[in-house]
Amino acid sequence: MALSPLEWPVLRQLRGPDRLGRGKASMSHRSETLEPRTVEADKVVDSVCPFCAVGCAQRVFVKDGKITQIEGNPASPVSRGRLCPKGSASKQLVTSPTRVTKVRYRRPHGTEWEDLDLDTAMDMIADRVVKTRKQFWEWEADGKRTRRTLGIASLGGATLDNEENYLMKKLYTAMGAIQIENQARI
Amino acid sequence: MAEAHPVGFQWVMEAKRRGATIIHVDPRFTRTSAVADVHVPIRAGSDIAFLGGLVNHVLTTESYFRDYVVAYTNAANIVDEGFEDTEDLDGLFSGFDAEQAHYDPVSWRYQAPDDRSPDEEKRLQQIREDESGGGGQKESHVAAQSESHGSGGAAVPWKGKRDETLQDPRCVFQILKRHFARYTPEMVQEVCGIAPADFAEVADALVRNSGRERTSALAYAVGWTHHSTGAQTIRTGSILQLLLGNIGRPGGGIIALRGHASIQGSTDIPTLFNILPGYLPMPHANQHQSLDEWVRDDEGKAGFWGNIRSYAVSLLKSYWGDAATADNDFCFDYLPRLTGDHSTYNTVKSQIEGGCKGYFLVGENPAVGSANGKMQRLGMANLDWLVVRDLQMIESATFWKDGPEIETGELVTEDIGTEIFFLPAASHVEKAGSFTQTQRMLQWRDKAVEPPGDARSELDFYFDLGVRIRERLAGSTDEMDRPLLDLAWDYPTDEKGEVDGQAVLREINGTGPDGAALSAYTELKPDGSTACGCWIYCGVYADEVNQARRRKPAWEQDEVAAEWGWAWPANRRILYNRASAAPDGSPWSERKKYVWWDAEKGRWVGRDVPDFVPDRAPDHVPEEGATGPDAIGGQDPFVMQTDGKGWLFAPVGLADGPMPSHYEPPESPVRNPLYGQQNNPTRRKYAHPANPINPSWSEVFPYVFTSYRLTEHHTAGGMSRTLPYLTELQPEPFCEISPRLAAERGLEHGGWATIVTARTAIEARVLVTDRVRSLRLGDTFVEQIGLPYHWGRNGISQGDSANDLVNITMDPNVYIQDKVGTCDIRPGRRPRGPALLAFVDGYRRRAGVDPDDPTDGGADR
Repeated sequence: MALSPLEWPVLRQLRGPDRLGRGKASMSHRSETLEPRTVEADKVVDSVCPFCAVGCAQRVFVKDGKITQIEGNPASPVSRGRLCPKGSASKQLVTSPTRVTKVRYRRPHGTEWEDLDLDTAMDMIADRVVKTRKQFWEWEADGKRTRRTLGIASLGGATLDNEENYLMKKLYTAMGAIQIENQARI
Repeated sequence: MAEAHPVGFQWVMEAKRRGATIIHVDPRFTRTSAVADVHVPIRAGSDIAFLGGLVNHVLTTESYFRDYVVAYTNAANIVDEGFEDTEDLDGLFSGFDAEQAHYDPVSWRYQAPDDRSPDEEKRLQQIREDESGGGGQKESHVAAQSESHGSGGAAVPWKGKRDETLQDPRCVFQILKRHFARYTPEMVQEVCGIAPADFAEVADALVRNSGRERTSALAYAVGWTHHSTGAQTIRTGSILQLLLGNIGRPGGGIIALRGHASIQGSTDIPTLFNILPGYLPMPHANQHQSLDEWVRDDEGKAGFWGNIRSYAVSLLKSYWGDAATADNDFCFDYLPRLTGDHSTYNTVKSQIEGGCKGYFLVGENPAVGSANGKMQRLGMANLDWLVVRDLQMIESATFWKDGPEIETGELVTEDIGTEIFFLPAASHVEKAGSFTQTQRMLQWRDKAVEPPGDARSELDFYFDLGVRIRERLAGSTDEMDRPLLDLAWDYPTDEKGEVDGQAVLREINGTGPDGAALSAYTELKPDGSTACGCWIYCGVYADEVNQARRRKPAWEQDEVAAEWGWAWPANRRILYNRASAAPDGSPWSERKKYVWWDAEKGRWVGRDVPDFVPDRAPDHVPEEGATGPDAIGGQDPFVMQTDGKGWLFAPVGLADGPMPSHYEPPESPVRNPLYGQQNNPTRRKYAHPANPINPSWSEVFPYVFTSYRLTEHHTAGGMSRTLPYLTELQPEPFCEISPRLAAERGLEHGGWATIVTARTAIEARVLVTDRVRSLRLGDTFVEQIGLPYHWGRNGISQGDSANDLVNITMDPNVYIQDKVGTCDIRPGRRPRGPALLAFVDGYRRRAGVDPDDPTDGGADR
């Protein structure tokens, strides 16, 4: 149905109460009926932005097991609902098509990645930890007891959860591995 | 702050709206400068000179908050007669050992009391033993144990004599005055490039806004810490804030703007080599061969850190559960011992030399994010195996086929024997867990969706790895395997085998003899009846409730917002808040009222959890011989310090001096105008052929460069260069230079430039801008080149990594690199392939880099 010229947005803006054209006057029939995808979410989950350390609260909208939107949470006394460009892009972070979702394996001297089953990879890593730990085991240094291995090191990012850091340090310490480091020193 | 912590910056704007003056001190003009009242450009690496100038201003104009300074700081303490200042020794303090390049701090201590108590006599004896036996303090600095003071201050053997008139020539106040006297406005101009009028504007604003009625805050990020003098820069800020009475009070403080979601948490519950959860030191082989030796330095001293045995034993109980008993020292012997520097840069050297063959990278991209990327890649190319866990295919996982050294021919893919496992990681919405943000506040995230494909959380990965390792060692009778086999490693899992993160948080919180969650670290016991994975986090699971998951909306709370998340320690939002009240317990002013003494109730009350013994009266004087918290006097607000005072002078605890002094960065075009000593004499050099240092004052490398972040990207870029939105906003690497430098070197806006150091050369687009100012130092100009460091060779937008230019020279306290260096810049793209090596080698030869000792910058001669 053709729109009467009187219904053109600019005339509606001049005739109606929305003089600045920031509300109803600028809407078409189609945009009037549109709803944000957040309305269709099956659930909204509370989260925290993973970028800098301000700790802005996020609301994660989920539909059919997929993330459809991530927004700031106005209830937060820290962020009051705001997100910066990075926080606003965090839906792309988690739904990125270039995310690697399968284990990749490069054999020694190899020139390409290969496929590897996750369970096999875990077994291979555990085997290597046990072997390297033993190979570099040291009971003493300069006559002093050290009870450690210098063969295994770790460097973690600072987007690790507290619980993850806790288990890492606990396991590494029990292994006797001491070169355990984090972005926090970098 | 607007650039790298944009949402936090809204509170600065709120303060501005209410009349606050915002001052931005930064080498570049940023989005912060754009809305600040004053932008003060400064030469990168000269912060101590600038802050020292402010300290001097406050002292000489007598603008300090005298009542606060006398009562709450160590200004009145008398220092040992043997102490000599940089004023006496041209840039060195007493106790310097030139051969070892470190200090024996014994002469920095408070003067020993004449009539010593038996306990003080014992401590004196310990110090003497340490002196004759090589020095426990020196040992500890070799293992970066300064960092164990993250929650409790270094222990002093005695409180010592005080002169509260501040007139004694050997009291801290007078020493401080003499030390900072040469940090005049003219000197600030010569070192920092800040005109005296600009300096005066800052000093006046700061002084005007401090005192009883008003407080000022300092906010900083890695622009202060990424230096070979980083810890001392923070110390200078602390001295300034203590003098102005801005610590422990609302609106005051020194606000560390940490750069990653849980970098605070990664320090509190560290994956760091030198500390255990709650800043307990990792044992050192020379000092700690039993539980008693491990806690000896701190146990029983005044303050809450004096209860270290309770925290240590409770951690061992969390690690080894029933196996940890009083009879076996609670499995103390299961802890591996340090013998020196096992930090990340030293580990890389060990990898290159073949001494460390297995490596886990967990959400970290050192090929782009660490200083001297080449050394990182050479280390990774010499491993037996490497596990990379990340969301995207980062450079640290692909260096073997497309790294810069493959291009130059320094590495050949087929020759690299490193076996690599890339394991996809779960994102922040695909797992539940807590981050600790920059105000020490833990916030819990719920899980929104399942991770895709093989992606898993680190919690699941490490739990599973531990299970598999223990399976392989089951039945072993080898003593080396006991710590793994006795490990408490039985976490509840769901039907998919995934660990319940709340169970881990509960273990971190700790449990009592009845197995119930504890409420506060004051409940921890040294007898093994309590377990606690991180004593400073005790209370986060109080009443069996995940307190970090509290989300009472801001509009239902006051602005302290104590019911959103949970802040350590004890959900306290402002540390040392006893200092928000005067010595007699009344608020300093009605306007700045926060925590005060309620005489009727006989308790500290207020808007926050008081950071004090709750019923300790302001006039309380501890009994002779009191230990731990009992030894805290009613007017000792710094409850983690053994003397209860804020330290203007650090008698112990720092590797590079009791007071800050300005030293030039390891590479600098400037001769240190303050002292004959050019560089931090205790900086940790990193001797390796792949880490050559540009000689200072070199005409071949005449410019200063420094690196920084952009709002639209995150650190090494793995979480931002891979996203279309952010890449569109900041599509490629660039260097920011002044119009004067552009003219001097013929650089065109929008064209290419090559930036060269003795390590390597990189290319970037040229941004000619007034945002980077030519700085006048005396009669010379210094040009600075700004480099955002987010790029690498993978991702949607690609480019050379600025960190490939950064040398490795470290702060002696915490082993953090200095991101300021010198360079040359010239128009055009860099040479490709092996020609790049020849190009850089030419620079090295022309600059006179010593091929036999390339890490000697020549400044110490």
